[in-house]
Amino acid sequence: MGALLEVEDLTVWLATRRGPRMAVDGLSFQVDSGEIFGIAGESGSGKTMTAMALLGLLPHAARTSGRAMFEGRDLLAMRPRQLRDVRGRRIAMVSQDPSTSLHPMLSIETQLTEHMRHHLGLSRSAARGRAVELLDTVRIPDPERALGAHPAQFSGGMRQRIAIAVALACEPRLLLADEPTTALDVTVQAGILRLLHRLRAERDLAVVVITHDLGVMSAVADRICVMYGGRTAEVGPRERVLTRPRHPYTRGLLDALPHPEGGAATLRPIPGSPPSLGEVPAGCPFHPRCGYAVPDCRTGRPAPVLVGPGHAAACPPDPLEGDA
Amino acid sequence: MNSAKQPRGSTGAGRRRPARPGGPLLWFLGRRLVAAALLCVGITLVAFVLTQLVPGDPAAANLGQRAIGDPEVVAAFRAKYGLDQPVPVQYLTYIGNVLQGNFGLSQQSHRPVAQDLAEYVPATIELALFAIVLSLLVGVALGVVAAVNRDRWPDQVLRVVSLGGVSMPTFWVALVAFYLLFFKFGLLPGGGRLDPGMSPPPYATGFYTLDAALAGQWDVLSSAAGHLVLPSLVLAVYTVGMLMRFTRASVLEILGNDYVRAARAKGLPERVVILRHVLRPAMVAIITVAGVAFGSLLSGAVLVENIFSWPGLGQYAYRSAVNLDLPGIMGVSIVVAAVYILINLLVDLLYGVIDPRIRLT
Repeated sequence: MGALLEVEDLTVWLATRRGPRMAVDGLSFQVDSGEIFGIAGESGSGKTMTAMALLGLLPHAARTSGRAMFEGRDLLAMRPRQLRDVRGRRIAMVSQDPSTSLHPMLSIETQLTEHMRHHLGLSRSAARGRAVELLDTVRIPDPERALGAHPAQFSGGMRQRIAIAVALACEPRLLLADEPTTALDVTVQAGILRLLHRLRAERDLAVVVITHDLGVMSAVADRICVMYGGRTAEVGPRERVLTRPRHPYTRGLLDALPHPEGGAATLRPIPGSPPSLGEVPAGCPFHPRCGYAVPDCRTGRPAPVLVGPGHAAACPPDPLEGDA
Repeated sequence: MNSAKQPRGSTGAGRRRPARPGGPLLWFLGRRLVAAALLCVGITLVAFVLTQLVPGDPAAANLGQRAIGDPEVVAAFRAKYGLDQPVPVQYLTYIGNVLQGNFGLSQQSHRPVAQDLAEYVPATIELALFAIVLSLLVGVALGVVAAVNRDRWPDQVLRVVSLGGVSMPTFWVALVAFYLLFFKFGLLPGGGRLDPGMSPPPYATGFYTLDAALAGQWDVLSSAAGHLVLPSLVLAVYTVGMLMRFTRASVLEILGNDYVRAARAKGLPERVVILRHVLRPAMVAIITVAGVAFGSLLSGAVLVENIFSWPGLGQYAYRSAVNLDLPGIMGVSIVVAAVYILINLLVDLLYGVIDPRIRLT
């Protein structure tokens, strides 16, 4: 199956008080239909800006370059009007915190049906009928009554289910889920992840899951892209990236995860902190924090090289070889 | 982005309060009306005490030079208006009368104050309502335009306009508008509520426009509406500026919310995003300001009514005050207080209409 979304050399500059600063630097990846693709990284690594760039929802005065081919058309080159026809209809978004992303003053019915009526030209009653089905799909009890309610009347997990129903309303091909479980309790997280899994299978939906949580990644993603300083550090199938990481940053992230058998002693934080916007060091952006850095890392800009089937890492020294 | 988990509200049923008979809205209305009644009584008391403290003798203010020298006439005057009674008795008598719709006799117009108020209050309310509706339409629309075009030229131009609106003194605007639009170019009628020689429509509400429409007197309606334009424009200049600034600030704040980004991510037209998803929450702040602005319109009316010879509450209040017409002053105070209370009640009810979370608690 061909790629549904093909991002090539995506670069995003954000306007700051000190002039434009690069938030995403030459990012490339592709997502096939029916695939769950994970983008992982710490805050400020450019994950969210990547999603916003694809939807044309970047903050004021931001600029982009590169290409993002979706269904044969370049999202980055679209006029606002064309992009509006794609947003919500072909590509939908679920954001981090459902208590702020659902409108507090509009009824669930309005929020579930307004874009269906706009994009699909449905009548009020037809849209309402579909809204009931959607709420049923995401397992909201008593959907008829839920339509008349407002977000404040639901718990956090229920709200995120409703937000997912809103995103699915126009049967998009691609779902951008930006930290879909971060604001939720761990017990509720599992339910949301299972829901994403089921929807992908039922609807042949491609999902881009953006998260800082590798635990979430390991639960849902087919392939994972690890971002650092606006660039790809490593990308590949979930199994390979999580069990045989080739980039020191990925390894660092995995070492920082708690293991049930390990206790606190096995936790190893990555020294230092990620670069802030516009202060990405020259060369490999990770070299100041990297235990394996060699002088070349300070000058050369490593491009991802294939290290296994479908598995690429932007780290030529290959320090972890034989390690895994 | 990766904010820590915050405690979220408990789920569904647990947080609801036990149901009250009649539902939350009636309960709310009931509470507010009781509070409003108490407030009205308090205001009469304050107004009454204040009028007692004013140095000045109503008899001296209202009787002629000759009569004031005649103790018998003065005593008769004081007996007629109950001024010979002890103050608490005067107050209780007054409250009793007010409850029966009797605001006493005006010492200045020699008519029942209730009759005066019925004539003058609607004139002012009609004027202020026209002005506030005009201000809301223009001020909110321009405020949204300014916010959406933040820091681009429409915003810069509107910033100067709103600053001008709030900083020009009303009396000056009134004189300039009167001179230009009436005297110089004759675009709008000058003073009064109707063209000279036209008789008012049959009294139903006291609003000439409404009464004329009810009676089907279309020529009177058009004349009454035409006469409203100039004074309400002048009154609206300040409130338009004020509402524009508040609308801009409020819309800008709402625009930064996640749910606005979510609405855009749904591919809705920008018009729907602004009108449904942004303006609605912004209206909470806007109607708060509009309620306050309505109060300032009532006080601004005193000046504007005098310039445009508008026979309203402002003129009546002024005449009552300079003549030390206590029943008149009291009547005006009570009416103005009641209007304020009503406006606040209306604003509170509108919060509930705009924001369902208020209705639910």
